[in-house]
Amino acid sequence: MTDYKFSKQIKRFSVILIIIGAIGIAFGFYSAPSNVEEAKEIVANMSHDDHGGGHSDAGHGDGHSDDGHGASGHEYDHDKHVFHQLHNKPWAAIYVPALFFMMISLGVLAFYAIQRASQAGWSIVLYRLMEGITGYLLPGSIFVIIILAFSALKFNHLFIWMDPEVVAHDEIIRNKVGYLNIPFFFARAIIYITGWVLYRNISRRLSLEQDTNNDISIHKKLFKFSAGFLVFFLVSESMMSWDWIMSIDPHWFSTLFGWYVFAGMFVSGITTLALITIYLKSQNYLSFVNNSHIHDMAKFMFGVSIFWAYLWFSQFMLIWYSNIPEEVTYFITRIEDYNLLFFGMVVLNLIFPLIVLMNSDFKKTNFIVILTGIVIIIGHYLDVYNMIMPSAVGNMWSFGAAEIGGFLFFLGIFIYVVFKEISKAPILAKGDPFIEESKTFQYYNLD
Amino acid sequence: MSAKRLHVMFDDDDILLDAVKEIVKNKMYIHEVYTPFPVHGLDKAMKLKPTNISIATFIYGCIGFTVAVLMMYYIMIVDWPQDIGGKPSFTLIENIPSFVPIIFEMTVFFAAHLMVITFYMRSKLWPFKEAENPDPSTTDDKFLIDMESGSNLSKTKTMLKKMGAISIKEVKEESEK
Repeated sequence: MTDYKFSKQIKRFSVILIIIGAIGIAFGFYSAPSNVEEAKEIVANMSHDDHGGGHSDAGHGDGHSDDGHGASGHEYDHDKHVFHQLHNKPWAAIYVPALFFMMISLGVLAFYAIQRASQAGWSIVLYRLMEGITGYLLPGSIFVIIILAFSALKFNHLFIWMDPEVVAHDEIIRNKVGYLNIPFFFARAIIYITGWVLYRNISRRLSLEQDTNNDISIHKKLFKFSAGFLVFFLVSESMMSWDWIMSIDPHWFSTLFGWYVFAGMFVSGITTLALITIYLKSQNYLSFVNNSHIHDMAKFMFGVSIFWAYLWFSQFMLIWYSNIPEEVTYFITRIEDYNLLFFGMVVLNLIFPLIVLMNSDFKKTNFIVILTGIVIIIGHYLDVYNMIMPSAVGNMWSFGAAEIGGFLFFLGIFIYVVFKEISKAPILAKGDPFIEESKTFQYYNLD
Repeated sequence: MSAKRLHVMFDDDDILLDAVKEIVKNKMYIHEVYTPFPVHGLDKAMKLKPTNISIATFIYGCIGFTVAVLMMYYIMIVDWPQDIGGKPSFTLIENIPSFVPIIFEMTVFFAAHLMVITFYMRSKLWPFKEAENPDPSTTDDKFLIDMESGSNLSKTKTMLKKMGAISIKEVKEESEK
């Protein structure tokens, strides 16, 4: 057993991703219009889009073109609206992956806390990998906060409730000002991030301390901190999803949105953990990880994918059935303007893992876990894309330089930070009282 | 001396498992092992084929799914279309979201019930069936191997005693019928 060394290939690979991503993002910002005239020109050049005659009823538009028009004519308002959407596009394009990778890290942190709180026996050999992935939580949340701060400073128009002019003309948002106001919004964000990072650092420190110290009190402390963190996490994660995702559509609300976002981050976190485990095992670092561990992670991927779909459908069906206008616009936008993405995402996130990972033999086959894992990661990126984009850019969406660049940029940073963090500590949490159970873990049905 | 059928009793599952492995290694035939609770690894030790019940369950689930779709199609679209909550039932695809819970439940219902019924049939269990276990204490705290002794009876008996058998009983083949 050798401890992981931050390899040159990984470093080079992640730096290349960051550079390509940065170029893509820069190009996205460069090609975004800076005034209404330029936006009109871009729309006129879009031959595939019959945007001119139609009226976009994107969620974002509700505050604007319907309630917001005063002395100026509707024509002008519409152009301004399109300008805002195009202006938002590169911002939304980096906000989606920033949020996505931060949530992967957060999902793994929740998974880690569950393992600690339930004193699980099987997963101890993976603790150091989980701790490595949660190392991205602090930088990841800082990226998100920076983008939110740019929104608050009016560099973009992602969160329309941050614009006092919009709020003044919009009664629905005006009634929510007690919760949706900039100081309180950032105060909440800082509380969430402090809580998560605090738990992450405390558990990491205790876990490292355990390597040299056999005192059982460390194990008990970890248990208590984890159980406490899970309570904080459930509340803060739910509120985080309202603040950072749902409030982008300030008229709309869904009461199970927090759960839905949680299921998405949980499954993408576990999938990332499985991918990194298989990668490091192929590099001969994880001799103590056997196919029963892989099998267990694949079971989680399978189960949580179904759980995610259950919540996705519950949210959809209730809103579809009741058909209340302020609720149903959310899905009308997505089904009309994002049809392929909206339903394609369900195929990637439910149908594919359901069919492929149902077989027990497939769950222990590295190749199939990697294949399904990549599909799940792409699917959940599209899920976050579907949460943000329709409200931010309406039907002006595309996968251009900024979207792909943004994804690669944050992927590069994620890989760099995570592998760097894994290399900082021994690869096996050898001081844990259950470590032998984990090393010899054998699912009785596997050979 | 010809082969005899033996009922060998044990009082511990770990000892039983080792004994079963030893018996299989010596190429003696095991008819059945009776245990008060499921012993993990016993099927592997007896070299039993892996069960196919999961494949059967998948097929039952598919049947349930199909039945549910056809059922909802007939009830809600063909036979008696209703306008529920402003959602008139003209086509199946338009109303599929409201049928999904039913389709899901029917899939689970078919898969679960048919799986259990299949399991009972394969295990030859049905109402008023006489118990097959040769000794009632296997329902309490004892483990029993029903096996063929092989050609050398006394050698087998010594071996089993050494493995930790608490009693060995020879049974006549006729009484088994």
